[in-house]
Amino acid sequence: MSLTSAHSVVAPSAISKRVAGTIIVLYALISIVPLLWIFATSFKTPPDSIAYPPKILFQPSLEGYCNLFSTRTRQTPEYINSLGPATGVCDETVRKRNMVIAGPSNFMPRFINSLIIAFGSTFCAVFLGTLSAYGFSRFKVPLADDLLFFILSTRMMPPIAVAIPIYLMYRELGLSDTALGMILLYTAVNVSLAVWLLKGFIDEIPREYEEAAMIDGYTRLQAFWRTVLPQATTGIAATAIFCLIFAWNEYAFAALLTSGTAQTAPPFIPTIIGEGGQDWPAVAAGTTIFLVPILVFTILLRKQLLRGITFGAVRK
Amino acid sequence: MAEIRVEHLRKAFGDFVAVQDSNFVVGDGEFFVMLGPSGCGKTTTLRMIAGLELPTGGKILLGGEDVTMRRARERDIAFVFQLFALYPHMNVRKNIGFPLLAQGMPGIEIRQRVEETAKLLRIDHLLNKSVSGLAGGDRQRVALGRAIVRRPKCFLMDEPLGTLDTEFRDLMVHELRELHNRIHATTVYVTHDQMEAMSMADKIAVMNHGVIEQFGTPREIYDRPATMFVADFIGSPPMNFLGFGGGLSKGAREIVVQGAKVAVPEVREDIAPAEMALGIRPEHIRFDDASKLRGAIYGTEYLGTTQIVAVETSGGIIKARVPAEIRLNAGDHVGLALSSARLSLFEKGSGRAVRTAIHDAASQGRAHHG
Repeated sequence: MSLTSAHSVVAPSAISKRVAGTIIVLYALISIVPLLWIFATSFKTPPDSIAYPPKILFQPSLEGYCNLFSTRTRQTPEYINSLGPATGVCDETVRKRNMVIAGPSNFMPRFINSLIIAFGSTFCAVFLGTLSAYGFSRFKVPLADDLLFFILSTRMMPPIAVAIPIYLMYRELGLSDTALGMILLYTAVNVSLAVWLLKGFIDEIPREYEEAAMIDGYTRLQAFWRTVLPQATTGIAATAIFCLIFAWNEYAFAALLTSGTAQTAPPFIPTIIGEGGQDWPAVAAGTTIFLVPILVFTILLRKQLLRGITFGAVRK
Repeated sequence: MAEIRVEHLRKAFGDFVAVQDSNFVVGDGEFFVMLGPSGCGKTTTLRMIAGLELPTGGKILLGGEDVTMRRARERDIAFVFQLFALYPHMNVRKNIGFPLLAQGMPGIEIRQRVEETAKLLRIDHLLNKSVSGLAGGDRQRVALGRAIVRRPKCFLMDEPLGTLDTEFRDLMVHELRELHNRIHATTVYVTHDQMEAMSMADKIAVMNHGVIEQFGTPREIYDRPATMFVADFIGSPPMNFLGFGGGLSKGAREIVVQGAKVAVPEVREDIAPAEMALGIRPEHIRFDDASKLRGAIYGTEYLGTTQIVAVETSGGIIKARVPAEIRLNAGDHVGLALSSARLSLFEKGSGRAVRTAIHDAASQGRAHHG
């Protein structure tokens, strides 16, 4: 058929498809190997984790996870033998190393801090970003271009370049080591990204929708809520993921500004290494658990994310 | 339903004047069309009536009430957009019911009204469908449904048939007019398509460069164009213009064009000597070998029942619409006879029509003039 032959001119040939496929698979492997390595390490025993040559096959153990969630003290074998039977998997694992569980570790509180700060700042950035983007998109804002450039310019240097002034400011304001401080900081960094991304999405939504709603008896805010927002969901989802990934993974500011009550997981995880030798399985276990929320969030929103990322490309 | 009165309406965007000093009245229940090329200010005028744009000057009265500076939602009007603006995240039922929801009408009543409206538009079988899957004509009907469900004071439509293909367009023109005849809603309809305007309108305003060139019935606008722009914009092919010089005096019944004497409707005003133009519609030209106005056939366009013949005269090409049966060959010399009673005279400089007997005859025949 002429249609198919004409089509094959633009469609990639079987060979180039195969080459492209191979490259993608190779790249995916290279990207995923470190993650798989961390995942495997989290189930190794400490000796297995530093064995050379590295062990591909090993006896899985929960020691890393036990160590991650607990603090332990070393005891004499006599003392351990005098205790009753082990109360659980972790108790048993730990006793083999002549230790007993002394209490929970700081990992859970740090992890919860991370959740609060990352999701809180993402919500704020997306909320503010959506409203500002709508404003820039629909109203004649004086100096709109300059303002947008200014907003973008906050992204032009690495955020850590302003670490010292922020550290001093936060100390004065009493925002050091508080969740509120971290939420404000991450929101400030992310809001520029959110405004720019969302402005693009909102520009694509014809004004006629709100105008129709306003003529039909709605206020502008109602029209925005009922007609613009539902159509901007893909953009909002994509923006939210980008903001969340930044806030979740941020290390430098977190290390500098948080040390106790508001410390997030990224600066906490490396501190595990110091406690009782180089406990790589515990670090790997922490990293593995740390990956889960982003993974879940991305999977939940992957449809919107994919559509969101390819939105402009397909339409124009 | 209500009357729409527009007084000295003006809109400027910076230095650009989109609408200047517009005045017109759309009677209660009238179908009014604003016609003009793109950028002539017709959509801006419509948006000002809707409240989507605030005027720089002038007044808009809806049913006698001054709404010039009111918000769109306080005007009780309905608007049909060119791209329909159906909400993609709602189905047909929700789209049509959306304006009623804003009024806080109870759900049962909304349901009832939506179903009534859908029946009127013959889309009741589509109520639970998603709007994104609908064909062009059905989308149009849903958009209309959303407009009429509220029973507003008036309907405003911005080129609502602009995106439909020709076949659907003709169908929708009839449907719209039929709908109007049933519900008698005051309607302002914006288009650049003269066929839509001529076939639907009770009254037409022809706009150009932000100015209303003429306001009147389709017949007035076609037969007695007020300006050369209107004469040229309406009609396909448009009115022919034959240039001639000299002044006109009251009572004159004859002019000289290209050396030929042409009888014209009696002139009712004195015009100082200037460049003038005689306007004649293609269908008001006959071939007559006795005529002194002569030319050579340049080309023909066969249309089935008629044909358009381009005749090259000393004053340029003139197009005539003649019966299809006449056999013509390019290069033939023909005489052109003009139907004197249907001629228009224009001042070339201003483009304004000269007042003649056809205007007076018309205003005597009608109670009010446009």
